[in-house]
Amino acid sequence: MTVELGQIALLAALLTSFSLGLFPMIGTYTGNRRLMAISTSAALIQCLLLLVAFGILTSAFVNQDFSVEYVARNSNSLLPLHYRYSAVWSAHEGSLLLWELILGLWIAAVALFSKRLPEVFRARVLAVLGWVSAGFLLFILFTSNPFGRLIPSAAEGLDLNPLLQDFGLIVHPPLLYMGYVGFSVAFAFAVAALLGGEISRDWVRWSRPWTLVAWAFLTIGIALGSWWAYYELGWGGWWFWDPVENASFMPWLVGSALIHSQAVTEKRGAFGNWTLLLAISAFSLSLLGTFLVRSGVLTSVHAFASDPTRGIFILIYLALVVGGSLALYAARAPKMIQGGGFAGLSRETLLLINNLVLTVMAAMVLTGTLYPLLIDALGAGKISVGPPYFGFLFSWLLVPMVLALPIGIYSRWQQDSASRLAGRLMWPLLISLVVGAGFWITVPGIGLVAAAGVSGGVWVTAGSLFYVGQHMSKKKHFKIPASILAMTLGHVGLGFFLIGVSLTSATSSEQHLRMEAGDQHVMSGYTFEFNGTRIVQGPNYTADEGEFIVAKNNREITRLYPQKRQYAQRGNSMTEAAIDPGFTRDLYVSLGEPLDDRGQAWAVRIYYKPFIRWIWLGSILMMFGGFLAAGNKRYRRKIRANKTEQTGTKEVTA
Amino acid sequence: MNSRVLPLMAFVLLVALLVVGLKIADRKTQLPSPLINKPAPAFNLPVLGQAGRTMSRESFLGTPYLVNFWASWCVTCRVEHPVITDLARSGALRVIGFNFRDENADALAWLAQFGNPYEVTLVDLDGRISIDFGVYAAPESFLVDPSGVIVFKQLGAMTHDIIETEILPRIASMESGN
Repeated sequence: MTVELGQIALLAALLTSFSLGLFPMIGTYTGNRRLMAISTSAALIQCLLLLVAFGILTSAFVNQDFSVEYVARNSNSLLPLHYRYSAVWSAHEGSLLLWELILGLWIAAVALFSKRLPEVFRARVLAVLGWVSAGFLLFILFTSNPFGRLIPSAAEGLDLNPLLQDFGLIVHPPLLYMGYVGFSVAFAFAVAALLGGEISRDWVRWSRPWTLVAWAFLTIGIALGSWWAYYELGWGGWWFWDPVENASFMPWLVGSALIHSQAVTEKRGAFGNWTLLLAISAFSLSLLGTFLVRSGVLTSVHAFASDPTRGIFILIYLALVVGGSLALYAARAPKMIQGGGFAGLSRETLLLINNLVLTVMAAMVLTGTLYPLLIDALGAGKISVGPPYFGFLFSWLLVPMVLALPIGIYSRWQQDSASRLAGRLMWPLLISLVVGAGFWITVPGIGLVAAAGVSGGVWVTAGSLFYVGQHMSKKKHFKIPASILAMTLGHVGLGFFLIGVSLTSATSSEQHLRMEAGDQHVMSGYTFEFNGTRIVQGPNYTADEGEFIVAKNNREITRLYPQKRQYAQRGNSMTEAAIDPGFTRDLYVSLGEPLDDRGQAWAVRIYYKPFIRWIWLGSILMMFGGFLAAGNKRYRRKIRANKTEQTGTKEVTA
Repeated sequence: MNSRVLPLMAFVLLVALLVVGLKIADRKTQLPSPLINKPAPAFNLPVLGQAGRTMSRESFLGTPYLVNFWASWCVTCRVEHPVITDLARSGALRVIGFNFRDENADALAWLAQFGNPYEVTLVDLDGRISIDFGVYAAPESFLVDPSGVIVFKQLGAMTHDIIETEILPRIASMESGN
């Protein structure tokens, strides 16, 4: 009954986004302040309309309106209430609407919290965002309308994909999109700076908090996706180099390069054009990723044309947004000022290494993801690209980055001396070598590569922590500046991540077993005893639930209850792994298939995963580092005598 | 040359690649697969349209069979569909559909519309098994011998020609080998 209103709200949002893109932009060139002032109200109205549209689709899910095709395909009368909310973004159309809503929220945030930017610059930023939004709304309305009716109405819905009936899905996409879409702000600042031409490096300072917030959201969004894959897919893996994962990883890599190059540009004026390019690329890759994933292109490159309308729209939209901004870059970038020179050993050089490595990594992931298409297009045959390619190149690319990272923290801008740095870094280096060697000697089967990985993680962590210690010992008062704390959190997070990845990949054990009730199996010192299964009834599924008693040294540690679920409506069966998480190890049991007719014998997979939590713990630390850096008071301070002050983004993150 | 133009040129190349990708989507060539002469990857998947029933790799041991990856969003799958149907009708071997990265309703509607040549269709909802098989393009087909070893892989649409020259001779040699 009301979904038509949602459609109308979307159309109104489209018109508003056109006015946002058009009138303020005209105002900036004619000097018409009233036209420029439209930007604020247009941004807020658009956000409101998108909230209305999203609210209407949500209410269709909550009220089980199966006359809406999208609802009928992705919901069911037995679906628990909380999943009816998250089912809104479980498939293509709703995902795009969520994406657009989050873009609307970011635009409104920029409108509200950047009132002290120069009038013209601010109007241009908002106008650029208006065009981005308009393109996306056109895409939704013409190819992916979530408000289509089903005539005649369906009596019952098809149910939500069981894989997605999970807490991870409720929070993962919104956070991920906050990151993806947040890069649009850095993009708009860069494009506005290019349009202005005369603006030097102020735009970088203004855009830094926005970029950091987006990066922090993307970090936690990806980490949540990895955690979800780990416990929901029942494989014990945490990263698969799946095209969908790669699509989110590319903007993260470029975004990480961007937040570092922004620092160089803001402080030293160097890398100015490079920063512009990264700001454009981060959002372009977000767009590419979102579209490739959402259109199903990446599940199979050859499915690109499976929906010609969507495929062609993707190309046109990408060509306009990315091509347009790169053309602007080509025309305007040479006029931008360049920073002063720097010596071979300086913080600039070390951050250049960081940027080069991160960019090469992103290019590598892009190449690997589009490789089948590329090779085919060159007529050079066909090659499948998989984890070996990514894993191999990544571990080697990490080497220069990890080695350079602590040196970069201690180094001075412009010029530094090797002997000074060596003196400062002696202790972190020693500790990392000792810890790495210790792991290599004491942990059976760890191997040289993983021990080196641990050593690298400790090198990054210890280097970061020692820096805080040295900084504090110089000060009288016991207070760490927020910027240093933020940087330390981010880098310690990376260190933890490296340690977790190295230990998990090298020392995990797994067993695929046939177990009957009463069977025991010993793995990595833990005894897993299978107590048989029983039937449990869920809201929209029935499950066989196994009981496993896990003991170590004859003491019971925990009981694990993995499930094999059958979802009635879709006829899917799902494995629900049971995990006993721990700071230094996870125990993981997943129930496979019954192996006899009486339901006595089961295929069982048990995993012992040391230090896997450190992967996500590290990511959480990185996220906090990003938010803390964004909240830095420096960004809220007056930067000029006139009205060009940047407001903080603490409010935005709320 | 102005180096500021380089990113734009790189991007134009990328777009050109995507455009070419659209054009060559149907042109399929042979892919040397590392899976040839290796056991088929393990799978254990629900059967489409039969709630609660799953089948695993072990279910198919003992006879040669063809694994045909398809999806309702795959246009080329419709092109090859009559050929797959003929092959299944000929009774030369078991033809097993692997419906991947698809919606069950779409898949069932697709089979209802075009006809169902498959002995069973297994549902690889999240595409994990397709990754194990190294599938990056639909359709792809794998000929598996009675001992569960992949002996031939067809990337792209199946044709009568390939059935005559690649599939049937291999089945004949399996039978004579036994």
